[in-house]
Amino acid sequence: MTLRLAGILTLCAALPALAQFKPLVAGKDVPRTADGHPDLSGIWTNATITPFERPAELTGKEFFTPEEAAQYEKTHKLFNADDREKIKGTNADVALAYNAVFWDPGTRLFKTRRTSVVIDPPDGKVPALTLERQKQLAAIAAERKKRCEQPGCELENGGQPGPADGPQDRPLMERCLSFANAAPMIATAYNNNYEIVQTPNFVGIDVEMPHQMRRIPVDGTPHVASSVREWVGDSRGRWDGDTFVIDTTNFEDVPFHGSDTNLHLIERLTRIDADTLIYRFTVDDPTAFTKQWTGEVTFVKAPGPLYEYACHEGNQGMFGILSSARFDEKQAAQHLASPGK
Amino acid sequence: MRVWTSWRLAAASLAIAVLLPPGYAQTTDAKVPRTADGKPDLNGIWQAMNTANWDLQAHGSAPGPVTSLGAIGAIPPGQSVVEGGAIPYLPAAAAQQKKNNEHRWTDDPEIKCYLPGVPRATYQPYPFQIIQGSNTILLTYAFAGAVRTVRIGKVEAVPNDSWMGWSIGHWDGDTLVIDVTSFNDQTWFDRAGDFHSDALHVVERYTPDGRNIINYEATIEDPKVFSRPWKISMPLYRHVEKGAHLMEFQCIPYAEDVVYGHLEHRKGDSK
Repeated sequence: MTLRLAGILTLCAALPALAQFKPLVAGKDVPRTADGHPDLSGIWTNATITPFERPAELTGKEFFTPEEAAQYEKTHKLFNADDREKIKGTNADVALAYNAVFWDPGTRLFKTRRTSVVIDPPDGKVPALTLERQKQLAAIAAERKKRCEQPGCELENGGQPGPADGPQDRPLMERCLSFANAAPMIATAYNNNYEIVQTPNFVGIDVEMPHQMRRIPVDGTPHVASSVREWVGDSRGRWDGDTFVIDTTNFEDVPFHGSDTNLHLIERLTRIDADTLIYRFTVDDPTAFTKQWTGEVTFVKAPGPLYEYACHEGNQGMFGILSSARFDEKQAAQHLASPGK
Repeated sequence: MRVWTSWRLAAASLAIAVLLPPGYAQTTDAKVPRTADGKPDLNGIWQAMNTANWDLQAHGSAPGPVTSLGAIGAIPPGQSVVEGGAIPYLPAAAAQQKKNNEHRWTDDPEIKCYLPGVPRATYQPYPFQIIQGSNTILLTYAFAGAVRTVRIGKVEAVPNDSWMGWSIGHWDGDTLVIDVTSFNDQTWFDRAGDFHSDALHVVERYTPDGRNIINYEATIEDPKVFSRPWKISMPLYRHVEKGAHLMEFQCIPYAEDVVYGHLEHRKGDSK
């Protein structure tokens, strides 16, 4: 009971941050379930070329005009088709790993024509990290850098070398543990598909990559004990009029733009018309960020079906990363033993 | 003979249907909860209560693989869940099963936290959840975050082979029937080395018996491995405890050292 009350109070505490945005209403033509709620069921995609944070050249501009949006999409298309001839054969090329055949952010901006996913603060930028969190992250980065003064480090997707003594050293994505696309639901490199199934007291969201399930009871039950940590957190849902609200805590250490395990995520899904869900998420994490912040994403209907993304089962990349690191160590040891060679 | 029997059955069913009031589906059980569209409501968290994941066939207790774990790691006894008791292997496959069994403490894909396949996901010793929409049912399992999408009555081209298969469902009265095809040959049925090829075809039947029990049957067909189709059956029980919730059992972190250990830089190794 106490826990339940705490959950409700937490939800209420988050409301002022969201109240400043115009509340969204379900469109007249949206399908509804037998119990009268908008039916969120279906296969949806949030693939977009809309930048996460507002780029410097768009400072002060919250929305594109229709002409600007068309121009932006055209320019992006050209950029995406770049054959990368200029960097062929370099480390930078290897670090990028994939070409435009693999990347699948779509070709369109959100149809809201927003210039960034981040909508609050109004400058469209993720707020500064707390000093404490900055120190923690800097210490982790320094330690990784120090370890890479010796051989046995491998490039990460971002192009920086990282330790590779074992899989535990590698980024969560390389280990198939998190693609930072499930909670919150943000488009990533590809496979930006989500399947929602809605029942009267439960909502399930299947995140295609890497088959991560969000299980959301809609029955007033409280979060699991705080000692329990989950990779997509522990979610509880409720209806606020026609908007489905998800409250998520109990995260594993899955940093999202610097968040820590105290992350409290509030998500709001509104089906504004038959083909569109507006999704707003508020990041509430006072130990990591100097203030709460909110993003907005548009989901549109996708044809489906979702594929099985058996990531860990086919993780040949990890074998390659670790065996390259061992090879480098061996080479270095041989060089030390007989420097002339 | 077979045709005659089917005809007689059909006639009998028709007679019953005429006698019963409208809306009374076959095998209707008043205690079975129903969805708004009148189907049995299978929503909830379910779990098998048997030792089939150790061995589908009858087995006595046995020591486990790690001596220091003592009784914790030991294998509990159990009866066969296979109709007729034995799995009808073809001779070459029987030899392969024996080999698998000898190497089960290293070769069982469960050790590596790989997706468990079907029907194994159903009777692993962890719960699973049914999230039942009208056209789509999600079957989500605690182990390895396995998930299956069951499309009701929608026949689509199979996209490609997979670990959890391609599931098409339909209702046969109050029974949810799921036809599962398009498997790879990488999963096992249990920790005893029972296996299949990529020709596996599974037909599952979920029949509610009251509110808290589903009678589960799976017919397994694989002409490369078995001499005939065979069937397993077992009850599945609803988690009725207050606040029952399917928690994530993300096992990758616990399997990584097994999968990649030979490529890791161990502490104490010179660098």
